[in-house]
Amino acid sequence: MKEFSYERPESLDEAIRVLAASGSDVEILAGGTDLVIAMRDRYREPTVVVDLKRIAEFYPSLVWDGDTVTLSATATMTEVVDDEGINRHFPALAEAAVVVGSVQIRNRATLLGNICNGSPAADTAPPLLVYDAIVVVAGPAGIRRVAIDDFIVGPGRTNLQDGEIAIALELTVPSRPLGSAYERMTRRRGTDLASVTLCAAVDDAGITRVAFGSVGPRAWLRVDETGVLADPDAPAEARAAVFEGIFADASPSVKSLRASPDYRRAMLRVLGARAVGRARGRLAEVRGVS
Amino acid sequence: MSETIHIETTINGRDRAFEVAANLTLLDVLRDQLGLTGSKECCVVGECGACTVIMDGIPMNSCLMLAVEIDGRDVITVEGLATDGHLNALQQAFLDLSAPQCGFCIPGQLMSAHALLQRNSDPTIDDVNEALGGNLCRCAGYLQITEAVMVAAKAGKE
Repeated sequence: MKEFSYERPESLDEAIRVLAASGSDVEILAGGTDLVIAMRDRYREPTVVVDLKRIAEFYPSLVWDGDTVTLSATATMTEVVDDEGINRHFPALAEAAVVVGSVQIRNRATLLGNICNGSPAADTAPPLLVYDAIVVVAGPAGIRRVAIDDFIVGPGRTNLQDGEIAIALELTVPSRPLGSAYERMTRRRGTDLASVTLCAAVDDAGITRVAFGSVGPRAWLRVDETGVLADPDAPAEARAAVFEGIFADASPSVKSLRASPDYRRAMLRVLGARAVGRARGRLAEVRGVS
Repeated sequence: MSETIHIETTINGRDRAFEVAANLTLLDVLRDQLGLTGSKECCVVGECGACTVIMDGIPMNSCLMLAVEIDGRDVITVEGLATDGHLNALQQAFLDLSAPQCGFCIPGQLMSAHALLQRNSDPTIDDVNEALGGNLCRCAGYLQITEAVMVAAKAGKE
């Protein structure tokens, strides 16, 4: 690992000042499960590393306020998985967080880091897109809020500007009853990166949201307002046609070692059908108890 | 010049204060600076779990952490399981059931299992498989390892 200077700010103000003084050759350290590997393999060689874990404002990492949960930059996958409210209101996010890496990785890796790292295969991107998460960004000019769909840009890239830090994710419980589910395809059980990721949500107005990743430069969100996917009795041809439109932009890399483009495209439909089916089932449960 | 940072930490119950270089992982410092070579270096990307240590009760991959991150924390490595030269129940169960074959993955397996038993003294086989899912054994001795954890859990209850 190349030498760097290590900064450990204790407040958000201090962190912003440190970033401003550090130039553009700076890396932000939260869980470190991607960054430490990148630094050791020398494809990231920062001169300054800013560790966020002593910033007082980030604790507690997960806070519910009414219908909104705020997950700070230090909220780990394990904290997401263990939170009762997340499991009840955002089950697809819990399903995505629990398959990231291993116990050891989930104890360290952060939810926001998964997004900021910018991997097209990030497990938590599809559910965060489906649930319309907001990314809270702090910088010299103050705080701004960015829709997750605008925050995610491409491989390794986000909407973050120099001098800014993503400080939290906000999720608000949908006003309409919603059923949602996450599916992924990997080569094996256990620690593996996903070849296809997909999240679906069906609401009681018949609108289905589908977000999918690992088949292009970023995860995409698509919405079916025809009611076809939400209808369990829709003809198979109609459903296939809607999926065709939803997955039209999928452009899996031919260079990836994990799966061929043809296989990924074929599996998108399989995972899409599975996730929508489970989401419909969950919507029925939600309606049953309300 | 590599920046060195003064840290104060507890390792295996002993308070320690020393200087670490900012650009070293915890695994590097445990093995090369502190002589605690029980934690193993293997995949170095967080897939194999051979470097697993427990920080503030939580198992983590020491190859994915900077050493400076343990400042102010409580760390247990595999060297911290035995007391006064006596194996703990978990280590004894591993030995009794011949769980170690080549032995290389065992420190990591023990740490993941120890962390599990600390928070769940009555695990199911599924709990054990999940808790140890981040620890690979290339000898594929998983059955004996799982059994050893179950035996240790039972012994702990009696």
